[in-house]
Amino acid sequence: MATQDQIPPTRAERRQARRIRRFDNPWLNPKLLWGAGFLVGIIILGLVGRMLWDLELVFTGSSPLKLPPIGFENLRGQPGVLEHPLGTDGGGRDLLALIIIGAPNTLFVGLLASLIGMSIGIFLGFSAGFLGGRVDDVIRVGADVMITIPPLLILVVFQSAFGDVTLTMMALLIAGFVWQSPTRLIRAQVLSMKQSGYVQMAQLSGASTGHIMFREMLPNLVPYLFGSFIASVTTSIVTAVGLEVLGLGPQRIPTLGRTIYEAINAGALIQNLWWWWGLPTLLLGVIFIGLLLINLGLDEVSNPRLRRLS
Amino acid sequence: MGRIPKAYLINRLVTLVLTILIAATIIWIIPRLSPVDPAEIALGRMAAGAGAVANSEEILAQLRANMGIDQPFLVQYFKYITGALVFDFGLSTAAFPTPVSTLIMNALPWTLGLMILSLLITFFIGNLLGALMVWDRSPKLVRVAIPVAMVFTSIPPILSGLLLMWIFAAKLQWFPLTGAYGLFVEPSWTWAFVQSVLHHGFLPALSIVIVTFGFWALGMRGLMIGVQGEDYVKLAEAKGLKPRYILYRYMIRNAILPQITAFALKIGLLIAGQVLVERIFAYNGMGKLLYDAILNQDFPVIQGVSYVIILITALSVFLVDLLYPFIDPRIRHEAG
Repeated sequence: MATQDQIPPTRAERRQARRIRRFDNPWLNPKLLWGAGFLVGIIILGLVGRMLWDLELVFTGSSPLKLPPIGFENLRGQPGVLEHPLGTDGGGRDLLALIIIGAPNTLFVGLLASLIGMSIGIFLGFSAGFLGGRVDDVIRVGADVMITIPPLLILVVFQSAFGDVTLTMMALLIAGFVWQSPTRLIRAQVLSMKQSGYVQMAQLSGASTGHIMFREMLPNLVPYLFGSFIASVTTSIVTAVGLEVLGLGPQRIPTLGRTIYEAINAGALIQNLWWWWGLPTLLLGVIFIGLLLINLGLDEVSNPRLRRLS
Repeated sequence: MGRIPKAYLINRLVTLVLTILIAATIIWIIPRLSPVDPAEIALGRMAAGAGAVANSEEILAQLRANMGIDQPFLVQYFKYITGALVFDFGLSTAAFPTPVSTLIMNALPWTLGLMILSLLITFFIGNLLGALMVWDRSPKLVRVAIPVAMVFTSIPPILSGLLLMWIFAAKLQWFPLTGAYGLFVEPSWTWAFVQSVLHHGFLPALSIVIVTFGFWALGMRGLMIGVQGEDYVKLAEAKGLKPRYILYRYMIRNAILPQITAFALKIGLLIAGQVLVERIFAYNGMGKLLYDAILNQDFPVIQGVSYVIILITALSVFLVDLLYPFIDPRIRHEAG
């Protein structure tokens, strides 16, 4: 930090300065771009994969069992083959096809659940902070109560009672547990903004409540909203994967969590079928690290003091 | 309760009771909305065991009466809530006629033991590392830990658990793959048993530790930066106290306090994550009990396990909130 006014600047500093001149837009910081790149990569994998790869291979028994990825050998000494570049699982499914369908599914559940959760959170947070009184009490206590309940356990009860669910259904269920944090965050922000000059000015000039909420206050919250959104995507995916690893969640649609569940159940660890559980794990890792980078990047957007030259 | 205003205490108590009540109610309502009839599942299990079941209508009616699901919903609900207060969730349907509470009492010590152990380790390592990240005398290498800690924090413990299992249990075979103690060891207070428990518990604990220490380290780092500039630290330096003494007695001691409230926010996620770790390691705790119950469609057990875990979470949050002013006398709770 203190090296800023040293002369001459180091190479890293010059590079950073160049980067800042080029992207004088805080939204284009490298962490945010890399993080978004990771997630876009997963989506592209899904889209391009669907066009280029034979998705019929995702069905059980469509391929030989337990083939390793190219360049490796399994315990029976079979080498990987070009038809199944990432190997096959114990049920004769092609892992590349599983991943092409499964990885975007996992992301989809996370995004949909938090989109709904955020919408609920924005609505409730604004109502609580802006209207105050009874409404505020009810919403605040509701959020406080729900925030201590781990979503996984309620959803375990739900899904074991109802059996199979669709991806959308699972996303809707998870959405019921990711509205609390945004609600609290937005409520706190709205409460402090309500005192600020421009909001009081708008009130005095007779603007409607809706106008003040969504045209005056909401734009100021955008970086917080994004941060909160990414945090709830992470929570949603962790919850969804948790359910899938317990054998719940969608039963007939490939997801990364379900692939891990099947691998553990089939004893893939003992049989050294590392690609079976390892590839889904790797992709989940990419998703989580991508989300983390986006979150760090968003921190820099909303908190300019974090933007450093060195 | 000298330091805690009454209004705050009442507010927290109401939240605690509401949390438990709402969670218990949700858990009770959900299976009743489901089209699946538990009596039919039980009958199905009988039929699977016996081939065919004669006069199945009568048996179904009797099963419903046994389970209490022929009564009006309000009566059922009242019975359930009063039962839940004394941890009576009825009998397990898969391990019939073992009471659910017995199964939970057998599993709970394992879960709590693993949780407390891994929490203590992460709290210690994480905070020390976080403090060293800021301390200007610590080796440069510690600073490398910042991005590493961040990356690990973003990963759920099942993923780290899988990786550790593969490397240390399947590949290197340093640790056993599954279970909480060896197959040939009798559970008793002998050294052999304790050794076996520690040996089996190492990987599950480690997989939780490596994904949670970063959370504490990064929090501690932020707090230490704040403490670093305080006057009392400057004074201590001017007095010529040993740097190490300043670090431990002046800086860490003051910075560590808010970390305890951070714990309250994390505990729900920690427990849920640990349940999954127990499931993949087939560790004899609540996670395995839950997983087996899901496999067997054993509803009383699923409900009981979920209820007990939610109860633990809510109680821990409540206790941390109340204990905090005693740990840090500078904090006073605002009433209301």
